[in-house]
Amino acid sequence: MKINVKYFAMCREITGQPEEVIELKNGATTTDFWQVILEKYPRLEPYRAMSRLAVNMNYITDTIELNEQDEICIIPPVSGG
Amino acid sequence: MIQSDLSRPEIARYSRHLLIPEVGLVGQQRLKAARVLVVGAGGLGCPALLYLAAAGVGTLGIVDFDVVDESNLQRQVLYTVADVGQPKAECAAKRLTALNPYVTVEVHRLYLTSENVLPILKSYDLVVDGTDNFPTRYLLNDAAVLLDKPLVYGSIYRFEGQVSVFNYQNCPNYRDLYPEPPPPELVPNCAEGGVLGVLAGIIGSIQANEAIKIITGIGEPLAGRLFLFDALRFESQIMHLPRHTPPIHIETLIDYNQFCGVKKEDDIPELTVTEFNQLRHRNTDFQLIDVRQPYEREIVHIGGELIPQNEIFDRLEELSRSKMLIIYCRSGKRSATVVKQLRSLGFDNARNLKGGVLAYREEIDPSLAKY
Repeated sequence: MKINVKYFAMCREITGQPEEVIELKNGATTTDFWQVILEKYPRLEPYRAMSRLAVNMNYITDTIELNEQDEICIIPPVSGG
Repeated sequence: MIQSDLSRPEIARYSRHLLIPEVGLVGQQRLKAARVLVVGAGGLGCPALLYLAAAGVGTLGIVDFDVVDESNLQRQVLYTVADVGQPKAECAAKRLTALNPYVTVEVHRLYLTSENVLPILKSYDLVVDGTDNFPTRYLLNDAAVLLDKPLVYGSIYRFEGQVSVFNYQNCPNYRDLYPEPPPPELVPNCAEGGVLGVLAGIIGSIQANEAIKIITGIGEPLAGRLFLFDALRFESQIMHLPRHTPPIHIETLIDYNQFCGVKKEDDIPELTVTEFNQLRHRNTDFQLIDVRQPYEREIVHIGGELIPQNEIFDRLEELSRSKMLIIYCRSGKRSATVVKQLRSLGFDNARNLKGGVLAYREEIDPSLAKY
């Protein structure tokens, strides 16, 4: 299945693009999603623990199952003021 | 009820507010009775303070310890060239009083700490977070939760901004968004990463808007939601922000520098620019590495080879293991991170140039450009 991923702040700089479509196996969870993303962009690893995921505009704290066409945002903290 | 009747000149001044039914006389009186604390009179604090003062918030507190620097003028719109070197909180107070004499400005020229934050926050109704670092953000959040004050959060990075309202009528707070701080070396602040000046204006103005809505009791405050803005693509999103599971309990203030992993710089071997200059004049053999980005080097450099921070760990073979290895950046902060990492990889010869190009310019060669 295809899902749309949006990257923010430092994560965007590492992936070199603000968004992309990625392919996941059917029934994949957010944990599987991270595995695929980290294989593609190993330099995102240190940002995994600090960043929050929003699936279809909802912040999630637990692992959830994803569906075709879902939109995932990876949002690291920023501190500038 | 606090005395908040409007005088004739105030009615004339706030006429455009009084004409909006949602604000009106009642809303304007609420603004006059309100006490708002803005923490950080920088990129976010300046526009927030300007609009809150113009809107007629009766008492504005400003917390800022810093003095105005030339590099602030690109976005900190309260200050002028004449203010460079002067305390921000006092310059801001002067400017805001000139803008609106009906506003009382309270200056707190200090660093917020776990010891002083509660007595300062206590006397205000609402707090605006315009800080530029994680320890102060967590400190402010936790203090706002303990004292049950709404906190209008804003944060920026290059072209992107975040805004939310925390702790308003029991809504989620910063810890629900980010329970734990990131390792300090992975998230650059404005001084390290840069920021588009007008983005600070946009995000700080949105914070003022949220503060005004909460004070006047109108509209839907951004509570339980996080607004994300991307100035480059002109995209915005609003995320639904629930409480964190498991719930995070804030019971007392802690040591926020320790919590955020802020280490004293003297943990890392370093040399001062004076010592560095002496080594140069004695023709001591060392390898000098500039870990900034190529576009920074174009502005100014003090010699040596350019190996940007993001490339250095793929280019270790270019680094000497026998000579002294001196690492520098703009302020000495990024280079300190690099030195720490290099030493963990066995480069015991690595030293940080304390204060970086800025200190070199200050103490050795004032003809260099400052950025």
